[in-house]
Amino acid sequence: MVGERLAQRRSRDKVSRTRAFLGLRFTKMTMAQREALEGYIAISPWIVGFIAFTGGPILASLFLSFTRWPLIEPPEFTGLQNLIRLAGDPLVGQALKVTSLYTFGSVPLSIILGFTLALLLNQRVKGLAVWRTIYYLPAVVSGVAVAVVWVWVFQPEFGVLNTLLRYIGIEGPNWLFSRTWVIPSLILMSLWGAGGGIIIYLSGLQGIPTEIYEAASIDGANAVRRLFSITVPMMTPVLFLQLVLGFIGSFQVFTSAYIMTRGGPGNASLFYVLYIYRNAFQYFEMGYACALSWVLTLVIVAVTLLLFWTARFWVFYEVEVGEF
Amino acid sequence: MLQMMPSDPVAAASSRQPWKRRLGLHWISYVCARLLLYLVLGLGAFLILIPFAWMISASLKTIDQVFAYPPVWIPNPVRWENYREALVGSLHPFIPRYVANTLYVAFFSLLGEILSCSLVGFGFARLRFPGRRWLFMVVLGTMAIPYYVVMIPQFIMFNSLGWRNSFKPLIVPRYFATSGFAIFLFRQFFMRISTELFDAARMDGCSTWGIFGRIVVPLSKPVFATLLILGFTFYWNDFLGPMLYLSRARLHTVSIGLAFFRGIQGVQWNHLMAASTAIMSPCILLFFFFQRLFIQGVVVTGVKG
Repeated sequence: MVGERLAQRRSRDKVSRTRAFLGLRFTKMTMAQREALEGYIAISPWIVGFIAFTGGPILASLFLSFTRWPLIEPPEFTGLQNLIRLAGDPLVGQALKVTSLYTFGSVPLSIILGFTLALLLNQRVKGLAVWRTIYYLPAVVSGVAVAVVWVWVFQPEFGVLNTLLRYIGIEGPNWLFSRTWVIPSLILMSLWGAGGGIIIYLSGLQGIPTEIYEAASIDGANAVRRLFSITVPMMTPVLFLQLVLGFIGSFQVFTSAYIMTRGGPGNASLFYVLYIYRNAFQYFEMGYACALSWVLTLVIVAVTLLLFWTARFWVFYEVEVGEF
Repeated sequence: MLQMMPSDPVAAASSRQPWKRRLGLHWISYVCARLLLYLVLGLGAFLILIPFAWMISASLKTIDQVFAYPPVWIPNPVRWENYREALVGSLHPFIPRYVANTLYVAFFSLLGEILSCSLVGFGFARLRFPGRRWLFMVVLGTMAIPYYVVMIPQFIMFNSLGWRNSFKPLIVPRYFATSGFAIFLFRQFFMRISTELFDAARMDGCSTWGIFGRIVVPLSKPVFATLLILGFTFYWNDFLGPMLYLSRARLHTVSIGLAFFRGIQGVQWNHLMAASTAIMSPCILLFFFFQRLFIQGVVVTGVKG
């Protein structure tokens, strides 16, 4: 009744006729309905953004995988042609090989190195903040500047790496210019940033209750035994997360490959995302590039699922109920 | 620690030397172990710092010293002009412009991110609407979507809008809450604000948007700080996005400028190292002053960098 009167008074004004309608609707809603409406309004930017910039592009990319679109001409539907081409493209196999070698090399080593560092730093060392800052520093700088500096580090004649090797009498390889050493070089560079994980490992280590260690040492466990029977098992959830995230991230390496080697020498460091980039923005083969990116996504999903399956055998959560 | 019976002689002795009780070792072994620990840590730190030292050393050398053999570690003379020449000299006059471009992109992107993600985070945190749990899981899911999956359709879309060679493709999406990480942080934070605050505001007749603007936003300063620091580092180092959309040189960002840093005679390493040092320094300085915020951002998601 009151709402209607208010609405009538407002609707005298031509401008607020619509407002009156909404106001009428608004005052007739329950509080829960109003809150729900407000909720949707609040997240509406995200809904628009998701459709326009995430969900929409993903669907479009899927559709585009079945077309050929050089941008200057309109797209033409080509069915499975891209997939057939993919299957016969030797560079696809090469890209997968390069990316896999790099990933299986750098991720486990990074985790072992980072975890060991965190274990060492957890030994009540003096000046922990200083050590932690130094080890974490490489993870703070990233991208182009790091790539550029490491090109200089790897320089076969004048770079610091071969210089130091020469001091101990070894003639170092050509690093980024050698087909055999280019991937190990990039792995080495990624290990430099292995300290980035120490923050996470340290917080995990400090979360292990000391009572367990005390109980173990009463039962006669020495330090080594305590490490492998208590510390490592308790940390497996954290290690697992780092493993999965590391794999996913490693498959997507682009900037270092583009800046340091452009995929060379002779496609020996052709990372997969670099190959996608080449096809999309150098050859303007949009459809083929989309197909390539879906293959990579499927590979990443498959590897992630595989990792989750292996987790049943080696990851221990505290609240587990012996399901295996 | 453990409570030992005072009549236990071993315990009595150990309580004067706690490391003995912990390790059950002779004190020499303990000292050796500590020495080894610091040695290993020191060696590791030394190895980590070598690339930085090498970079700074080269940045202060003359060209002939860069290519000298045996290698020169401490440049003599120290050539500070390298920095001036690399950043503002006649051969490389564009770096200040690139810095301005990068700051422009970073500022407006962060503004959009903070505005939209705080609103969306608020909606997920404190407003009840059907499907909010599922939708939030989708938000979390978008954090896992890699850029290369969406970069091609996005490029085609922005290209057809005529937004190539402008900053719009980099900035505009941020106003639509594309950062799942930011939404997550805001939601976490808002869920911890005590409900009494909201109830009191409602009783005083405050609308939902009033609550957002007058209560929630002023309280969000810690999240703003974390997002600003992490976000600035991201935009400062971002390479692929700018490279796709900014082909005209006057629009380049700092990362593109460094990637294609060339002198007339090819790559001048001392200038390049000077430029690299200069471009790395804001991130390092930010890290030194705001370590806690970096660490906070990392621990929340388990994602580094």
